[in-house]
Amino acid sequence: MSTFLDISQIDKVFDTDSGPFCALKGVDLKIQEGEFISLIGHSGCGKSTVLNIVAGLTPATIGGVILEQREITEPGPDRAVVFQNHALMPWLSVYDNVELAVASVFRKSKSRAEMKEWILENLRLVNMEHAIDKLPHEISGGMKQRVGIARALAMQPRVLLMDEPFGALDALTRAQLQDSTMKIHQELGNTVIMITHDVDEAVLLSDRIVMMTNGPSATVGQIVDVNLPRPRNRLALAEDATFNHCRRLVLDFLYSAHLPSGESSEDTGQESAVATPSVVQAA
Amino acid sequence: MSESLADPKLDDRLLPSLNSFLELLVLPLLGISLFLLAWQIVASNIETSLGQFPGPEQVWEQTGSLYDDHVRERGKADKFYERQEKRNAAKLAKNPDATIKWRDYTGKPTFFDQIVTSLYTVMFGFTIASIIAIPLGIVCGLSEKAYSAINPIIQVFKPVSPLAWLPLVTMVVSAVYVSDDPFFQKSFLTSAVTVALCCLWPTVINTTVGVAGIDKDLVNVGKVIKLSPLTHVVRIVIPASIPMIFTGLRLSLATGWMVLIAAEMLAQNPGLGKFIWDEFQNGSSDSLGRIMVAVITIGVIGFALDRMMLFVQSRFSWDKQAVLR
Repeated sequence: MSTFLDISQIDKVFDTDSGPFCALKGVDLKIQEGEFISLIGHSGCGKSTVLNIVAGLTPATIGGVILEQREITEPGPDRAVVFQNHALMPWLSVYDNVELAVASVFRKSKSRAEMKEWILENLRLVNMEHAIDKLPHEISGGMKQRVGIARALAMQPRVLLMDEPFGALDALTRAQLQDSTMKIHQELGNTVIMITHDVDEAVLLSDRIVMMTNGPSATVGQIVDVNLPRPRNRLALAEDATFNHCRRLVLDFLYSAHLPSGESSEDTGQESAVATPSVVQAA
Repeated sequence: MSESLADPKLDDRLLPSLNSFLELLVLPLLGISLFLLAWQIVASNIETSLGQFPGPEQVWEQTGSLYDDHVRERGKADKFYERQEKRNAAKLAKNPDATIKWRDYTGKPTFFDQIVTSLYTVMFGFTIASIIAIPLGIVCGLSEKAYSAINPIIQVFKPVSPLAWLPLVTMVVSAVYVSDDPFFQKSFLTSAVTVALCCLWPTVINTTVGVAGIDKDLVNVGKVIKLSPLTHVVRIVIPASIPMIFTGLRLSLATGWMVLIAAEMLAQNPGLGKFIWDEFQNGSSDSLGRIMVAVITIGVIGFALDRMMLFVQSRFSWDKQAVLR
């Protein structure tokens, strides 16, 4: 079966004042339809750059991204993005924020009434239909992020890209939104790529966790398969051996093998990890 | 009242309102009184060739006399039109096919007519400037290349005094605006264009800054949902930079109002500037008092225009939390 989304041998070099800076080197990742992928790594390792390249917001220097046999050259609603800071238009109501996207994406295929129904359906999916007339500054951070997710889902994306979607939220709100995200992923079966810093979040939500080495020249270090049945329950998983094993693998990677330089220990194994990306099976 | 003040709780509640009462009314009044007093003292010590410098009292008198002039002129004008109407009616009664003539009353414009003319002129110039400046600012904000191309021109023309422009504008208007039945007077166009030239820049600069500073995520949302360039500007760029556009417009209008007075003096366009100039040339014992009335009027109108822009901004801007000063 052919790959749904193929991130193929990507290099990204930025021109800076002090010469070229190689942010990504040989990032290679194949994703199946319906998979939930987490990208995890230390700050500045180029996770967001990978996401932006898939979104089409940043071009890759070498290599490319192929989605369903078509190369990605520009941004588009088939790769909707949920931004870390929600990125809602502050002058538009909750409804109008989603409407802006829906009206643009479906201007040829949906009638006015269908659009309205579709907008409300997506806001209902994230439990926000009670606040459709509120302006973004009138609702909480968690609610804003829900609207951001509704807007992205309303584009009916082939791939949903989430850039640290819950990073700016408090722990309780984050847990609620993680549960909502799992439920929505279960219902709609979207393909999702999510950037996160949170190990528990990555293990709870993902089918695979892609761990990136530190920059410069960051690349895919290890991939952990999370073979946990869905639907997942965070309380039940707290004692689960597989869950904790996966968690352990990610923590090992982040805090013993790949501490950012400066904080690092006596570890010298970094080079080998970069050279041979290994896939760890956690069963 | 004395009973209630004795109640400590009530006192606590009264204190904040007392404070705001002090700030809103008493202190400004105190400031104004001190200013009037100082003015009176200084004025009584200045002798000019046109008599003593007017103090608050004379200025108040002149305000009244300017108002009386206005009422008198209006009365004359009304009578003129009444006579004209009667004459025409009589003519038509005699011969229904007679061609009748309507003439406008050509009396001297009063102080209040001059205010209206000035407001009309400044608004005309300001509107022209805004129509040019906002799109130009949006282009400069969106495209760094356009900004690099246009910025030097903005920086060079921005500090130019209106008086430097005026002779050029006068000549150009005389040469270009040739019409047998002119809709605008040439002097009016000259002042308005000079105002426009000077109040372009604050709006251009602030719009540019506003547009260039739009949150990158919002721009990226526009890219992801594939807005057309026009929709992008209308739905994202303009709303996002509305607060900065209004900051520019307010600065522009304030500049325009200042420039206008100078332009009217030199262009001999009817208006407050010309009023001041005429009074100065007139040189009667009332002149200085009348000029002082005009000075205060200019200040009050400038203040009112700024408040008006603030009001419009508060109606149009989504950024209600921004402190509007």
